[in-house]
Amino acid sequence: MELRRIMAHPPDKLSRAQVLCLFAGLLLALAPHAGRLPWWVNSWVACMFAWRILLALYDRNLPHRLWPILFSLGGVIAVALTYRTIFGRDAGVTLLVLLMSLKLLEMKRLRDIFVVVFLAYFLALTNFFYSQTIPTAGLMLATVLTLTASLVGFNNPQGAVTGNFRTAGVLLVQASPIMLLLFFLFPRVPGPLWGLPQDAFAGITGLTDTMTPGMLSNLSQSDAIAFRARFDGQPPARRLLYWRGPVLWDFDGRTWRMGNVRLNNNYTVDARGPAVDYQVTLEPHNRNWLFALDIPGRIPPNARATHDYQLWSLPPVRSRMRYDMRSYLSYRASAGSDRRDLAAAVALPQAGNPRSRELARQWRSKAGEGPDRNIELVRQAISFFRTGGYEYTLTPPLLGVHSVDEFLFETRQGFCEHFASAFVFLMRASGVPARVVTGYQGGEVNPVDGYLEVRQADAHAWAEVWLGDEGWTRVDPTATAVPIRVDAGIAAAVPRSSALPLLLRADAEWLRALRNNWSALANQWNQWVLGYNFDRQREMLSFFGMRSVDWRTLAALLLWTIGGVIGLTALWLFGRIQRSDPVQRAWLAFCAKLARAGVAKRPAEGPLDYGTRASGQLPARAETISAITQLYLELRYGKVAQPAGVARLRNMVRAFIP
Amino acid sequence: MNLESILKYSQAYNFWQWAARRHPPEQGRIFLSQRRVYILPTRHGLTFGGALVLMLVGSINYNLALGYVLTFLLAGMAIVSILHTFRNLVHLTIVAGKVQPVFAGDFAHFILHVENARAEARRSVDFQCDGQAVTTAVPGNGSVAVDVPLRAARRGWLELPRVTVDTRFPLGLFRAWSYVQPAMRALVYPKPDSSLLPEPRPRPDTGDSINLGIGSDDFSGLRNYQPTDSPRHVAWKAVARGNALLTKTFSARASRELLFDWSDLPPDMGEEARLSRLARWVVLAHQSGMSYGLRIPGNDVPVATGPAHLNACLQALALYGAAPDHGAPSR
Repeated sequence: MELRRIMAHPPDKLSRAQVLCLFAGLLLALAPHAGRLPWWVNSWVACMFAWRILLALYDRNLPHRLWPILFSLGGVIAVALTYRTIFGRDAGVTLLVLLMSLKLLEMKRLRDIFVVVFLAYFLALTNFFYSQTIPTAGLMLATVLTLTASLVGFNNPQGAVTGNFRTAGVLLVQASPIMLLLFFLFPRVPGPLWGLPQDAFAGITGLTDTMTPGMLSNLSQSDAIAFRARFDGQPPARRLLYWRGPVLWDFDGRTWRMGNVRLNNNYTVDARGPAVDYQVTLEPHNRNWLFALDIPGRIPPNARATHDYQLWSLPPVRSRMRYDMRSYLSYRASAGSDRRDLAAAVALPQAGNPRSRELARQWRSKAGEGPDRNIELVRQAISFFRTGGYEYTLTPPLLGVHSVDEFLFETRQGFCEHFASAFVFLMRASGVPARVVTGYQGGEVNPVDGYLEVRQADAHAWAEVWLGDEGWTRVDPTATAVPIRVDAGIAAAVPRSSALPLLLRADAEWLRALRNNWSALANQWNQWVLGYNFDRQREMLSFFGMRSVDWRTLAALLLWTIGGVIGLTALWLFGRIQRSDPVQRAWLAFCAKLARAGVAKRPAEGPLDYGTRASGQLPARAETISAITQLYLELRYGKVAQPAGVARLRNMVRAFIP
Repeated sequence: MNLESILKYSQAYNFWQWAARRHPPEQGRIFLSQRRVYILPTRHGLTFGGALVLMLVGSINYNLALGYVLTFLLAGMAIVSILHTFRNLVHLTIVAGKVQPVFAGDFAHFILHVENARAEARRSVDFQCDGQAVTTAVPGNGSVAVDVPLRAARRGWLELPRVTVDTRFPLGLFRAWSYVQPAMRALVYPKPDSSLLPEPRPRPDTGDSINLGIGSDDFSGLRNYQPTDSPRHVAWKAVARGNALLTKTFSARASRELLFDWSDLPPDMGEEARLSRLARWVVLAHQSGMSYGLRIPGNDVPVATGPAHLNACLQALALYGAAPDHGAPSR
């Protein structure tokens, strides 16, 4: 007889199905990274895969082990040249990808396969640096399923691929209760364990602390959610929804900047109307400011107010953040009005934009020096914008050195930042203290879950002027020139031919419904999966009646619940065990039938004797009784195992009527 | 009730018995109860645990909610795989099967019948014994015969040593194993050397001056005594052992009958070398269809032919000098 080889150490050449299944898993893990990796890394990985597949197809030996070492050295150098570092998020992911593709070339023993699969699991994790949406989670599940199926395949070389996928699926299903328990009960830590690399939050879109012409209109191409708000009652009218963000004071002729942030430690609110209560779920933007309607009436934990009514979070917002907020839409904003502030609010560069300066000089001489001088000048400017024939566009013409002049007198086409910038310039030139406020305007209530969604495309810029007793007062020159922008939103304000994100267009009703449902789902996802943090955990535990929990309680809770789940899974897995074997059970059923007919088996009686006696007492059934007894003896004490005989015995006993 | 009968319910004690090789061979059907199936993580399992810790630390530090999900999903899978690996082995029944005699230096093939009383198939179950391993799968509610090879180094009885039954299915992160030692033994014949068939010398000491047959006096075997036979040719030794009266027959060399005698071999030949030489002769004689007999100290196999005779001769050689058998099963 031929000796079968040791299977604990599989042969050097893996079977084609095994390799294909593994490669499918690896490609799923690599795919989401491909768009972000440098071109040379993508081609490198493609080459490695092609090389390994050719080796497998033509049954060639793997290259000498020196090659992977040389390649990995080269890879590290190339990464260092590309990223100027080998640490950090992007360089780290690239190195991981290179390492994994190299490992393919020395994938020989089971140990190497395990290493490759573990690296691929790791690679699937790194994808979450860039995206944590629902589709990403779905891709992750597919990746884990395929990789696990290939792992099963390597531990069961004789099995079929479909069977391996089924086993992996069963494992995943049974693992999910444990995953859920760990996810919700594992003690969450607020804040990172150590410093994050510089590039950890690169590439997040959103407002910045500067404003140049064309910047906000770029932002308006993005329909990404900036934040969501849930109002306790009916949300205020759309034209009142001014979400206040960075306030810009300094102008250099082209760019507006925020200047130094001055925290206001005795923040008070001079409210002139009812409060609006709501909760904001802010997407991470890696900046410090928080958004609130007009004048915030409360300060979230770990945040402060500034002297110009911004909300300033002490750590940058690097993860999705929830805060309860109260705002006043009628108010008198008198902070930030000392001599220094007012001087800064009229400062302009020495030169530039001569025509605008000239216009402002004319207004100033017309307005005189009365107590209502500032109000008069603002009115003048507003009517100038209203009657000037200005057009609102997402694709404003490029502006030159005298950007304000060119917009006001030549192109007359602009986005909100052009209007705000020009208005504040005119105000300052005519001696009225003014500043630019950026943020978001509007938002749309999702009918599915009732959250007001504010997107990047809702980014807006407006002005505030100092009116003495009235305090800082909002003037929105865009609304003056194009009122529909604040009444109906950006989609209504721009001409139909403009390029607007598909989802922001209001025309297609079904598209809208789809978008709303998807967005509501994404919101639940954010609230319960991505936004599940230290605070949410507390919240949930106190809902279950656990007010003060420390990590010890959580650990005990985890231990018991997971123990219980494992016990239940074990019951599922082991519950169907047959204690006695099927032959014995059939025989016992046969004995019971005979006993009912009056021929009970005596304790010391063997099957053969019993059968003979039963045949004697029931001569009409003698043949069947003898056949069953014979088959039972054969199955029980015979030399050859016969699975078919078991079924036959069972059927015979079932059909037997004494 | 003695200590042993209480302790046998303890898994740790059971394991100690096996690990220290103090467990006696087992008769009959061996049921792998959960008490005698042990499970520990493999090296890959430990590596996987390390990788999970790294992934968890990364998820905490970067606050990756999906990182938590992935890490905990993989951890859950590893935990559940403990149950699967254990289930893949536990509650199998192992029954000793046949084992054919072999020559020393060859592999003895011990057949074990593995029965699965559960509906789920068992996949990738390894049987390891003395450095050799075979992998098998057992269908649900079915059974398979596993051939456990074992190198037969020396002639005589070869007892099946402890067999390790283990499995790493499905993920290879854990290994469940059990020890079994069905009471089985293989008969190992001496390894035949490479000599040619001999021309056995005449036997002057038997005093066969009377020709019986065709002029040559080689002892060729025994036949039933006939009253006309000379008493000098009666095999008195056989009579002394309680056999019926037999007559020694002598024949010419050409008569294709051979008697292989221990004492015909060169006096400086060692015991095992003699046995190897005799085994070789027996096999060659059987192959060429001759009648032959064997005479070794303590055992006389009369001249005959056929496979049963061959086995009898080889068994006599295999068990030369062995302690008398106390009836251990040979199956």
